Amino acid sequence: MGTILEVRDLQVAYRSRGGDLFRALAGISFCLESGEVLGVLGESGSGKSTLAVSLLRLFRRNSVVVSGAVLFDGRDLLKVEPSELQAIRGKSISLIFQEPSVALHPTMRVGRQVRQILDAHGMGNSDQLVRRTGEVFEALFGEEAERIARSYPHQLSGGQRQRVLIAQAIVCRPSVVVADEPTASLDPTTQMEILGVFRALQKGLGLTMIFITHSPALLSGFADRILILYGGRVAELGVASEVLVSPKHPYTHALFRSIPSLDEPRDGRKRILPAIPRDSNLSSLPRAGCPFEPRCPERMDICKSENPGLVNLSESHLASCFRNENQ
Amino acid sequence: MSAAGQDKNMQPLLDVKNLVKTYPRKRLTGPREEVRALDGVSFSIFRGTTLAIAGESGSGKSTLAFCLACLEKPTSGIIRFEEKDMLQIGEKDLRTVRPKVQLIFQDPAGSFNPRWKVFEILTEPLALQGNLSRDEMRARAHALLEQVGLSSIMEGKLASELSGGQRQRLAIARALMLEPKVLILDEALSALDCSVQAQIANLLVELQSSRGMTCLFITHDMAMAAHLADEIAVMSKGRIVEHGPADKILKQPQTGITRELLAAMPRLDFGRPQVPES
Repeated sequence: MGTILEVRDLQVAYRSRGGDLFRALAGISFCLESGEVLGVLGESGSGKSTLAVSLLRLFRRNSVVVSGAVLFDGRDLLKVEPSELQAIRGKSISLIFQEPSVALHPTMRVGRQVRQILDAHGMGNSDQLVRRTGEVFEALFGEEAERIARSYPHQLSGGQRQRVLIAQAIVCRPSVVVADEPTASLDPTTQMEILGVFRALQKGLGLTMIFITHSPALLSGFADRILILYGGRVAELGVASEVLVSPKHPYTHALFRSIPSLDEPRDGRKRILPAIPRDSNLSSLPRAGCPFEPRCPERMDICKSENPGLVNLSESHLASCFRNENQ
Repeated sequence: MSAAGQDKNMQPLLDVKNLVKTYPRKRLTGPREEVRALDGVSFSIFRGTTLAIAGESGSGKSTLAFCLACLEKPTSGIIRFEEKDMLQIGEKDLRTVRPKVQLIFQDPAGSFNPRWKVFEILTEPLALQGNLSRDEMRARAHALLEQVGLSSIMEGKLASELSGGQRQRLAIARALMLEPKVLILDEALSALDCSVQAQIANLLVELQSSRGMTCLFITHDMAMAAHLADEIAVMSKGRIVEHGPADKILKQPQTGITRELLAAMPRLDFGRPQVPES
């Protein structure tokens, strides 16, 4: 074990057409330990996708890094030369996007699309490339490997396309894989199947992963630690079992309660879910105080004016809420 | 006549019998084939209830929604709505039926003109009907915006300026502008965040109790299906393989397909091994 990637006080903003800055990430710090799966949980607008692209500096043109550092292998990825970054992207740190249908080239066989990545990083002569591509396809598709490698994306199902993206991501044996909502467009059965693939890879290859999702249930039994993002800030960070079972931030708690369960009691009457009131967009306004304050069921006076820092509840569990400071 | 016959005194609001929809499979060579998207689907929905249609992608759920909303013409079968056979009546009568059955899609962003203001989006269906004055339309738009949890200040915004949850609320408000009898929600919650899903689910429950709305809730989320629906029908390969009270489907699933769907639902409770080791 050991820290493989460290994000320090990362602040990223987007410049609107009017010239105003909107902060998507308002100071995020965390460490990624070697071999772990870090689940990042956040709603739309929480900054989770900005976080994913920040790690590889794949910013949109209108984004501004206000402050912070992404430390990998002794270098700050936000400062290294473009050529150096190019060598890291896809080779040491790879990214899996949400939509497998748009991430693949429509008129190129998928085998070649995976091999290209090896080629781009100069990972050997053409025999070696073919062999390595074959290995990866075999690991992901078993007996069907050859047929799939010769297929075009449109001939594959959503789950198969997602496996091809995973093949692209792991073919160079990266140290970190960042997956941004990799199962969001799949149906539940396929979703489970892909999670199974990730888990097998993580066990087999000792893959370190950042798994970004908006669905808390996906992380249970999969992530080692969970980072909860809200309004561009870390609301809670801790060991998965602790965060899922006894969440310490009011947002996490309220979020988990608002999800209908298969085991909920039924008596024929329709229930109202304990939803979090109002809109998450409230948090993205530039505002003083805790981002969750406008919606928080446990808000106090201080929450309006001051932003709570992250407090260590235990060695492995942090939360940013004044409620915890008092305890 | 009434297929389900749960209540012999009551006619179902929507009665579907043996619905078949085939699409030609396009191939350059080889024999002509057809895909049976719907292969003999029968069910009925009673006024004020919710039927959830669950199933994997490709099971025919969306084709069913399109047929019910008269956006696709079924190959054969009967769709009886308010005791009228929707497949036999002419285009003129259909125009009086269409407003009563409203469809809400998974991605509302794709169903709005991004350059239109919220007010225009809301009033377009009414303007097409042409029965109300501008003031009446505005009043109804305001009332509905408030009811779906958007403030009436929103009416001047562009559709593209709204968040996903706001857009879905707008889609529901637009559907309600015509005071429909049936709301068909085709994966309408799937793309939303969990907290927004809960809000919209509550909105649906409220609408149902205040307006006696009848809902067809198409989803692959069994937990949400069970939460919202009175009955669940499970589809596979264009057929309904299992249909019954939500509670029963959940507790005593009869078919492998239902059991698979239930097993694939990720659960929050920690400690339960759930991701298959492959």
